[in-house]
Amino acid sequence: MRFVDEYRDEAGARRYVDLIGRTVTKPWTLMEICGGQTHTFIKSGVDRLLPESLTLVHGPGCPVCVTPLELIDRALAIAARPEVIFTSFGDMLRVPGSTADLLSVKARGGDVRMVYSPLDAVKLAQQHPEREVVFFAVGFETTAPANAMAVWQAEKLGLGNFSILCSHVLVPPAMEAILGSPASLVQGFLAAGHVCAVMGTHEYEPIAAKYRVPIVVTGFEPLDLLQGVYLAVRALEEGRAGVENQYARAVSREGNRPAQTLMKQVFKVCDRAWRGIGVIPASGFALRPAYARFDAVKRFDVGAITAQESPLCIAGQIMQGLKKPHECSAFGTLCTPERPLGAPMVSSEGACAAYYQYARKP
Amino acid sequence: MSDAKVPPIETLGLQCPIPRSEYPQVTLAHGGGGRLTHALIERLFLAVFRNPALEPLHDGAVLEVPAGRLAISTDSYVVSPLFFPGGDIGSLAVHGTVNDLAMCGAQPLALTAGFVLEEGLPMDDLWRIVRSMAQAAKDAGVSIVTGDTKVVDRGKGDGVFINTTGIGIVPEGVLIAPARARPGDRLLLSGRIADHGIAILSVREGLSFETTIESDSAALNGLVGSLLGVLGERVHVLRDPTRGGVASATNEIAVSAQVGLRLEERAIPLAEEVRGACEILGLDPLYVANEGKCLAIIAPEAAEQALELMRAHPLGREAALIGEVVADHPGRVMMRSRVGGMRIVDMLSGEQLPRIC
Amino acid sequence: MCLGVPGRVLTVEENAQGMIMGTVSFAGVNKEICLAYVPEAKPDDYVIVHAGFAISIINEQEAGETFEILRRMGELADLEEESEGAPGVSPDPGPAPPADRSDGSLPLPGSGRQG
Repeated sequence: MRFVDEYRDEAGARRYVDLIGRTVTKPWTLMEICGGQTHTFIKSGVDRLLPESLTLVHGPGCPVCVTPLELIDRALAIAARPEVIFTSFGDMLRVPGSTADLLSVKARGGDVRMVYSPLDAVKLAQQHPEREVVFFAVGFETTAPANAMAVWQAEKLGLGNFSILCSHVLVPPAMEAILGSPASLVQGFLAAGHVCAVMGTHEYEPIAAKYRVPIVVTGFEPLDLLQGVYLAVRALEEGRAGVENQYARAVSREGNRPAQTLMKQVFKVCDRAWRGIGVIPASGFALRPAYARFDAVKRFDVGAITAQESPLCIAGQIMQGLKKPHECSAFGTLCTPERPLGAPMVSSEGACAAYYQYARKP
Repeated sequence: MSDAKVPPIETLGLQCPIPRSEYPQVTLAHGGGGRLTHALIERLFLAVFRNPALEPLHDGAVLEVPAGRLAISTDSYVVSPLFFPGGDIGSLAVHGTVNDLAMCGAQPLALTAGFVLEEGLPMDDLWRIVRSMAQAAKDAGVSIVTGDTKVVDRGKGDGVFINTTGIGIVPEGVLIAPARARPGDRLLLSGRIADHGIAILSVREGLSFETTIESDSAALNGLVGSLLGVLGERVHVLRDPTRGGVASATNEIAVSAQVGLRLEERAIPLAEEVRGACEILGLDPLYVANEGKCLAIIAPEAAEQALELMRAHPLGREAALIGEVVADHPGRVMMRSRVGGMRIVDMLSGEQLPRIC
Repeated sequence: MCLGVPGRVLTVEENAQGMIMGTVSFAGVNKEICLAYVPEAKPDDYVIVHAGFAISIINEQEAGETFEILRRMGELADLEEESEGAPGVSPDPGPAPPADRSDGSLPLPGSGRQG
């Protein structure tokens, strides 16, 4: 596959690993923001090829993992209603709420359907005017354009039976929250390439300047990540802060203007709770008042939701890179992929699931 | 091998024997045990599956069975949709059980077929499925010798569920068991992976995409027979990577035999289109189901020959050496990725789901 | 976030709502994708697709930089090896690196320390 295979070349990978090895003279801690980056590191095994002195921490780049418990419980309540067709990306189906997940709601008779794109949910709404179609709009900025377009299209079509449950989260505020935390060990970042394809790289410049860190925007193939690591450690060794763009084939400084325009039209920035971390100001998207009728929270009164997070789950500390999964008292015992206590054990990108599956040793 | 007395399937006309004008759909009465049930059995099932063991329509079939170790296997088939590119629930029901017998080292002797039909199933669909089963059985050289039919209320079934149970004989000099896997043994795979799972997804609502990918559903007893016929005891383990894909099958072997398995990602055959589909859905092909592929663990000195034998068979043209059994990390499967790193290939806890994250 | 796959644009057209849609091929698997966010996309362009939407057109020129770095490093390494056999000769650092594409705040690969 073009623009995929070239970035999985073994010889190229080895040479980047060499290059990194020759560049590193002291220990450094890097955080990769995005679950997709984590996934590639682990699936390709290239993280194990990196020098021992380099520590990779998995960041909170898992929108699935950070969706607040209250919202998941709300999703479950809505999905259980007989008039609702509840649609979602595959990622969300097994994330545990306080007592259940979407798959178990399906097992009990809820009409829960997996879709590839939010436009498929809009199509369902057109095909089933007698039902209420709800789409679980989870994601970082990468997915916001798709969700914005779905709402925009629903409005154009005059659909009265379509709504979204919005759980968008934004990367730059999360990065600041991590860097601002006194316990943070992170010295450099690998930023998420597809988030930046939409938003551009310019939002990260003030962060890099304020905290004096290198931030390298990377793609998601092994060579992208290795080149990204190389650029990051080179910057650290040279004492340079600032933003570098490894993924220039897909990312520009300004980002995707048409996408940003529609996102601004449909969404406004709001404070958002991040599961396991707490409220981060101005870190989420909500529907603007003009689109309020597409907001599933307003549309469905599901009564009071009292979310009950497991007291054992330390997902927040793990997602901030403060603890590693195996340092959790419940890891692998009370909390396993079959019976997860928190989201990072369920989502395939979650740090805990990755550790469990690939049996990382300390 | 098969019973040489199996008669050829009569070529039926294109007309469903129970015409639409009579009964366009299966009704509860068809499962009642009375006249309609008999009509269904005789005009549809019997007419299509016709063979001497089935004709008497007793409660069971009585067969002459050669001496030897008897293998028996059962499976139920609930696939949705009923018809998919490259197959249907009927052919799958035959292939699957024949393959389970083959993975024991047995050639199939006979199959049973139990149907649970949902009220309202179009008779045409049933007829298509039954004909497909008959063809699959013929190709595998096996007869369907007895069966059962039940009908359940509308909404209590997914169109049709099928159970097939198969018996076969394991020839002398064949000893298949996970415990026989030894460090140094080679792991062979009979062809490219993930075709079946992707073919099913391509027609699943909400995920559809245009593709020429077809299910690889096929009976493997011929391929296995040619391997065992020449190599006998040097074939240590056989496994078909169905649900859960190559990843699950290899893990089962590793755990059962308490050996390590080491795979080489670049050696695993994968069609470009299947790869494209896996990429856009975020699926790992190692975990996607196959229905016409076989993993074989072979004594090292016989591996080359095993590969040649597989490739000589129409179902094994793309057979490849994909790994080996090692003494390290017993119970675990490791894989050297295409890009040169090592990863653990673990068991999934549930079904692999398409993702965007 | 995350899963964005490169695919080749086959066709581009407007749908009944005036939205630009296209057929994109992923190694022969074709899917209908919304191209509204890449209005300049034309057949044979490669786009990055996420959740049914193209979010970026791949810049083929930029795509080579990953390998350029390795090539340049390889050249420098070769030159150092050569010069080791000739004492007193300082190695030529090779061709000037291309212009920076980021925010201008960084020195360029090849200048300063060799990696």
